[in-house]
Amino acid sequence: MRVELDEPKCVASGQCVVEAPDVFDQRDEDGVAVVLDPHPPEELYDQVNEAVAICPAAALRLVRE
Amino acid sequence: MTDTATPRGAASTPSVTEYPAARQEGCPFGPAPQLRRLTEQEPVAKARIWDGSTPWLVTRHADQRALLTDPRLSIDEKLPNYPHMTRGRAEIAPHLPELITNTDAPEHTRLRRLVNLPFTVKRVEALRPTIQRLLDELIDDLLAGPKPADLVTTIGLPVPTLVITALLGVPYADHEFFHRHSTVGVSHTSTPEEVRASNTALSGYLGELLDKKRTDPSDDVLSEMAGHVNEGRMTREEAVIMGSAILIAGHETSANMISLGTLLLLRNPEQLEVVRTTEDPKVVAGAVEELLRYLTIVHTGIRRVALEDIEVGGQVIPAGDGVIFDLATADWDAEAFPEPDTLDLSRPARKHHAFGYGAHQCLGQTLARVELQAVFGTLFRRIPTLSLAVPFEEVDFAFEGVAYGLRSLPVTW
Repeated sequence: MRVELDEPKCVASGQCVVEAPDVFDQRDEDGVAVVLDPHPPEELYDQVNEAVAICPAAALRLVRE
Repeated sequence: MTDTATPRGAASTPSVTEYPAARQEGCPFGPAPQLRRLTEQEPVAKARIWDGSTPWLVTRHADQRALLTDPRLSIDEKLPNYPHMTRGRAEIAPHLPELITNTDAPEHTRLRRLVNLPFTVKRVEALRPTIQRLLDELIDDLLAGPKPADLVTTIGLPVPTLVITALLGVPYADHEFFHRHSTVGVSHTSTPEEVRASNTALSGYLGELLDKKRTDPSDDVLSEMAGHVNEGRMTREEAVIMGSAILIAGHETSANMISLGTLLLLRNPEQLEVVRTTEDPKVVAGAVEELLRYLTIVHTGIRRVALEDIEVGGQVIPAGDGVIFDLATADWDAEAFPEPDTLDLSRPARKHHAFGYGAHQCLGQTLARVELQAVFGTLFRRIPTLSLAVPFEEVDFAFEGVAYGLRSLPVTW
C-alpha cells in the first residue's frame, strides 16, 4: 500500500501528524504535510486509514499498488 | 418541456425549520429535537433564518463530509444569497478583505498557510508543559480560595485566555477589555452598531500592538504576522483581522468546552471516573473527542453558497442557493455515532464535526485539544470531590453566542 498526498489541497491542519506521527510530519516553513514513509508497515494501516478519514482537506489516500 | 425549472430527480418540496432552533427544556446539551428529526427524515431540508430567507439545511454526518470537501460550495460571503449568521455579519461582509474565513482555494490555501504556523502539531506540543503549569497554578489558587467557587472565572476562561494571549503576544492584563468586546462580536443578540463598535475597539487595540511589533518584534504570533506585513505577504488590515479572529476564537470556545465538559462529566459520574482514574494520555485524548462530539458547542451552523447544482440526499441544491450545515445534529447522527445520546468516553469519536470539516476546519483545533486534554486529565484527579454547588436546573447557560456555554458554574469540593 502507498500513501498519496495531494499537496496543493493540504491546508496544513496537521491532523495526520496527530494520528500517524511515524508516517506524517509537517514542513517547518508552512505546516504543509510531508509523507515520511510512503510505504508504511501493515501495523500502521489503521493509523493511516484514520488519518485519511479525518483529513479535513481530503488530501490523503492509501492506495493499493 | 414546460417544467425545465424543476431540477431532474428533485424530491418533494422541502420543509422549512426556524434556525437556529432553541434546545428542548431540560435537555441543554442536545441539539433541538426538530433538527434531530430532520437528520432521520429529511437530511436535506430548508432553514428559515433571521432575514426571512430559506437556505438549505444539511444535518446528516455523511452528507456534511461530502459537501464540506466539495469545491462546488463556496465560503465567499460576498456572493449573493450567502446565508449570513446575523444582520451585523451581513453588513460587515462586503467590507472585509480576503481572509481565511471568506475565501476558497487557492487563495484560501495561501492565506491559511500564512497564519497556520503557530498551530502546527510540533509547536502546539511544545506548549504542553506551559499549559500544564498554568493550569496547575490556577487549580492551586482555586483550592486555596473560598468555597463555593465559579469554575468559569477560575479555570474555564483563564486557561485558554492565558494560553492564547501568550501565544499571540497580547498582554493578559487586558483580558477584560477584549473578552467584553469579543462577546459582543459573536452574540446574535448584539445590534449591528454594537458589533461595529466592538470590532473597531478590538482592531484599534490589535493594530497598535501590531505596529509596535513591526519595529520591535518578540517571539509570538502577532510579531510573526508583523513580519509578514513588513515583507508584503499580508496587508496590515488582514493581520489585524486575523489577530482578532485568533484571539476571539482562541479563548471563548475553549472556555465554553471546559465549563460545559466539566458540568457534563459531573452529571455522568461513572464516565467521570474514566478520566479521573486513568494514567493513559490516550484515554484522556479519546475522552476529549467524545466530549467535543457530544457538546459540539458551535450551534449556529457553518454556511456556504452553491456554485453549481448539487445533488444530495434526494434533493438538488441549485447553483446560487445558500447552504447551512448544523454541526451538532451531524454529531448526534446515529448512523455515524450509534446511540448518540449516550456519553461514552471510550467510543471512537474522532470523526466528529465539532471543529467543522473541510478546508476551513478550525485553525486552532490542535491547541484546543491540548488545552482540553490538560484540563480533563488534571481537574478531577486533583479535585476528586469536585461537585456542583447549585441544583443542575439553576446552572446558567448562555445560548446566544455562535457557540453555547455557561455564564457561571458554581462548584465546591
